[in-house]
Amino acid sequence: MSILVFIEQRDGKVRSVAREALGEAKRLASSLGGPVTAVFCGASADGLASLGEAGAEKVLAATHEAFASYDGAGYAAAVAAAVKATSPKLVLFGASSIGKDLAPRVAAKLGVGLAADCTTLEASGGKLVARRPVMAGKAFERVAFPMAPAMVTLRPKVFAPAAPEAGKAASVESLAFDWDASKPRAVVTGTTGASGGKPDLTESEIIVSGGRGLKGPENFSLVEQLAEVLGATVGASRAVVDAGWRPHGDQVGQTGKTVSPKLYVAVGISGAVQHLAGMSSSRCIVAINKDPDAPIFKVADYGVVGDLFEVVPALVEAIKKLH
Amino acid sequence: MLQVVCIKQVPDTETRVKVAADGKSLDPAGVTLILNPYDEFAVEQALRVKEQLGAGEVVAISLGGAGVQTTLRTALATGADRAIHLRSDASAPDALAVAKALADAIRPLEPGIVWLGKQAVDDDGAQVGPMLATLLDRPCVSVVAKFELSGQTAKVEREIEGGREVVEVPLPAVFTTDKGLNDPRYASLKGIMAAKKKPLEERVVDLGPAHLERVAFELPPARKSGRIVGEGAGAIPELVRVLREEAKVL
Repeated sequence: MSILVFIEQRDGKVRSVAREALGEAKRLASSLGGPVTAVFCGASADGLASLGEAGAEKVLAATHEAFASYDGAGYAAAVAAAVKATSPKLVLFGASSIGKDLAPRVAAKLGVGLAADCTTLEASGGKLVARRPVMAGKAFERVAFPMAPAMVTLRPKVFAPAAPEAGKAASVESLAFDWDASKPRAVVTGTTGASGGKPDLTESEIIVSGGRGLKGPENFSLVEQLAEVLGATVGASRAVVDAGWRPHGDQVGQTGKTVSPKLYVAVGISGAVQHLAGMSSSRCIVAINKDPDAPIFKVADYGVVGDLFEVVPALVEAIKKLH
Repeated sequence: MLQVVCIKQVPDTETRVKVAADGKSLDPAGVTLILNPYDEFAVEQALRVKEQLGAGEVVAISLGGAGVQTTLRTALATGADRAIHLRSDASAPDALAVAKALADAIRPLEPGIVWLGKQAVDDDGAQVGPMLATLLDRPCVSVVAKFELSGQTAKVEREIEGGREVVEVPLPAVFTTDKGLNDPRYASLKGIMAAKKKPLEERVVDLGPAHLERVAFELPPARKSGRIVGEGAGAIPELVRVLREEAKVL
């Protein structure tokens, strides 16, 4: 029995969700039993031994020239082969754009259930229960796994990577898997805007979101300035996305992204139910709004009542002075 | 070309959650049920493809209790040609059970495209699309934000962290739709009248054993009440102090 962790890469670089999943696997191995095995899909297996520092004892490397980009069907064939080879009790993925697409395919191949986007895993007496937000965080469900292996995707930024064990190497083995790349398949031909940019909202430590209180799209520069000095990613309320001020990818809430950053600053956002659902699991929430009765103040740890056109520039200056 | 759109009836996003007496489900009292918002983009894109091709059929499928026929009628009113109701009274069935039932119903239709919303806003699973594609053994792209069809190949863009992936897919294929893919149309009065006469077939399905077991449904832990640190720009020094010293986030 073991725990299997999917190692996600983009452009050959292991992504942080994989380290978070390895950290959780290492923690759970003490109650569920180990070892922690990793399965990697990519064009090259170079450098995988260093995953030992992040908690993997062994890495099964599925390499294929088509794996330089994400290939859902190919990756699923490889991960399913790794499950058959290791008979794990639990399979972990990050709930990233890759993990959310891949894990359901593997679950369907294996004929087992999958708990998606989990925020807590508890193991007692060898039994695993996963806790996951539903309705964008308005409620949580706890789910158990009647079949083996249990399959879980972990919400990014919720689970801590293991303290790195410098110099510890994982053993790396090549993984045999059965996949016919000549069958009709979806082929990634390029990416736009994904390199060198700010982290995605779902993977950001700090988020500054703007709402209708900004009065117009041009005033989002205030939110951007604050985000810049905080090293934050910019988000938006549904109202301003629907008004066309910001792209859909920026929307936080029930029909947008659900986020759990360490700091969430809501600027000129009154706090509709569906917005609060998407951000109320943030560790610390700051609200800046002129209406003292705005619902956002009910979930905020710290509130400033006032005109955001005065408050935000003052906050930007104060933070600049800290650096 | 025949296209299938899988839709789901869900609680309105304005719903305030109450836990039912069983401790395992949402209290349905006072909850308004709507077509899952992400499914609106799926229905719209199917209609646009049918219009582009100038021919074909759009079949809406939904799994659930008797009430989902209202949602299927909504899809018919918007322009779908016929509907199939997979009748199951199971409460919150797991994604794989749903995907298997859908796959069994869809396989004999041999659709060129199967559309689904990227996720349902109630369970937030985002699983049924890729599972269904795997069971049907069809290529799949999830979270599609842009779609172009030329001949038997679709060129699509999918949302990834901080950007988009451009993907080419041969049909037949399965796609899940993101917000922003299109601007869904509203049903016209004429459409609503026509929908009453369109075929809606009910089939009772048995979902079989569960692949996942819900043991509890609960409210999120209440946030400890916060405080107003002050008014206007004058509150900033205190705000910065508490963020550094209390919350330790700066």
